[in-house]
Amino acid sequence: MNDPIIKFDKVIKRFGDLTVLDELDFEVGRGEKVSIIGPSGSGKSTVLRILMTLEGIEGGVVTVNGEPLWHEQGPDGLKPASEAHLRKMRAQLGMVFQQFNLFPHMTVLRNITEAPVKVLGLSKAEARERAEELLELVGLADQAQKYPHQLSGGQQQRVGIARALAMRPNVLLFDEPTSALDPELVGEVLTVIGRLAEEHDLTMLLVTHEMRFAREISDRVCFFDQGQIREEGAPEELFTDPKEDRTREFLKAVLD
Amino acid sequence: MLFGFEWDLSSPATYAASILPILLIGMWVTIQATVIGFAVALALGLIWAVLKAAPFRVISWPASLMTEFIRDTPLLVQLFFLYYVLPEYGIVLPAFMTGTLALGIQYSAYTSEVYRAGIEAVAKDQHEAARALNLSASRTFTHIVVPQAVPRIVPAMGNYLVSIMKDVPVLSVVTVLEMLNVAKIVGDRTFNYLVPLSMVGGLYLVMTLVASAGVRLLDGWLPKQGIPLK
Ligand SMILES: Nc1ncnc2c1ncn2[C@@H]1O[C@H](COP(=O)(O)OP(=O)(O)O)[C@@H](O)[C@H]1O
Ligand SMILES: [Mg+2]
Repeated sequence: MNDPIIKFDKVIKRFGDLTVLDELDFEVGRGEKVSIIGPSGSGKSTVLRILMTLEGIEGGVVTVNGEPLWHEQGPDGLKPASEAHLRKMRAQLGMVFQQFNLFPHMTVLRNITEAPVKVLGLSKAEARERAEELLELVGLADQAQKYPHQLSGGQQQRVGIARALAMRPNVLLFDEPTSALDPELVGEVLTVIGRLAEEHDLTMLLVTHEMRFAREISDRVCFFDQGQIREEGAPEELFTDPKEDRTREFLKAVLD
Repeated sequence: MLFGFEWDLSSPATYAASILPILLIGMWVTIQATVIGFAVALALGLIWAVLKAAPFRVISWPASLMTEFIRDTPLLVQLFFLYYVLPEYGIVLPAFMTGTLALGIQYSAYTSEVYRAGIEAVAKDQHEAARALNLSASRTFTHIVVPQAVPRIVPAMGNYLVSIMKDVPVLSVVTVLEMLNVAKIVGDRTFNYLVPLSMVGGLYLVMTLVASAGVRLLDGWLPKQGIPLK
């Protein structure tokens, strides 16, 4: 891949004695929509959390837009990133969490405008205008003054998506965005994500168990197993004609 | 006669009525000591909590040591220390000031724990959301953590408000004329302790009930999910 926006180069991640990512190599192209599937505990969330700078790494290099994420250039080679460097890099990424993680004491509008005002320096009016556009996009234009607990899970997650988009990230990370939802609410969230995938040149990285959806919207699907990409490819290939036994087993288990 | 009021010992009822104004003056001192002591405890406790949470051991350890020391020594020891030792170093404070300060210091060790627990109870995912949005650490603390911590802190702080109120009589040993001390003086002079002391009990009951009701009201009024921000 030439000029990937995200690059994992032999990345090692450990939690104590547990090695979660063992020299992971992984790339995502600009504007590419990539789905990550795989069994629970295989390190899918960890990949997203490393990108969002919520987890550090023990080895290797992660690059975003050609610049190391967890390192910065020192006088004698790469040194661990400072908080200032992380802040700069983080601005390019946004994340949608499994549990939404909305701020419960803030209105929907305030959830979306807080960071654009405080971090990007937008005026309140600008931020409000941007938030209203985004609420329109996720179909919640009339819910701006509500508090999260007054919304359904599906609505809360759509606010979560709007909140992440308000920071204008280049890359949007979704960590099982519909796993915490009642089945009847999954559709409305997937519709929003699907529309984003179709209409925006945003790079999207989606961890999901919604196989049909992953197949529809992805340019590429990666099957994670034990901290490694066991198999990857175009969705038609991977879902219809998986090469690896492990992939076949996994797909059989989740599709049944 | 005390504070310009005469007592009337002709019957328990007239006695009670005649000393009520005297006890109310003492009660007013008790209320002031409670409020000021509580304010000191809230402010100093927050300082301890921040120091104890500091990432540097040179700061967090002495703070932990201090609060542990305060907690493990009787209020009376601290009170005597402030009242008798400080003047030796040229710091002479009025008895009331010394007393409320001692109360506030004693309870700051407890309130610092309430703050810590309240702050730590704010879920990790809130910190992660704030970080993902690139909010600064200070902004995250003041606008994400604190508003959510407050409703968890209020009930426990309310208990300490009532405890402080009940500890105010300790200040009588350094001559503060709070309600119990006043009642004792009245008893000393009239040789009737039953009526003034019973009245102190009754008035204390009223004060603690009112304080508890106030805390419950505040608690009910604060949304559980945090101080709302529009
Ligand atoms: N903070 C943590 N401390 C210890 N172990 C963790 C932590 N986070 C994740 N793990 C472990 O790392 C492995 C991968 O986790 P994760 O990336 O969340 O998997 P997935 O998202 O694929 O289910 C799991 O075994 C999990 O238990
Ligand atoms: Mg996960």
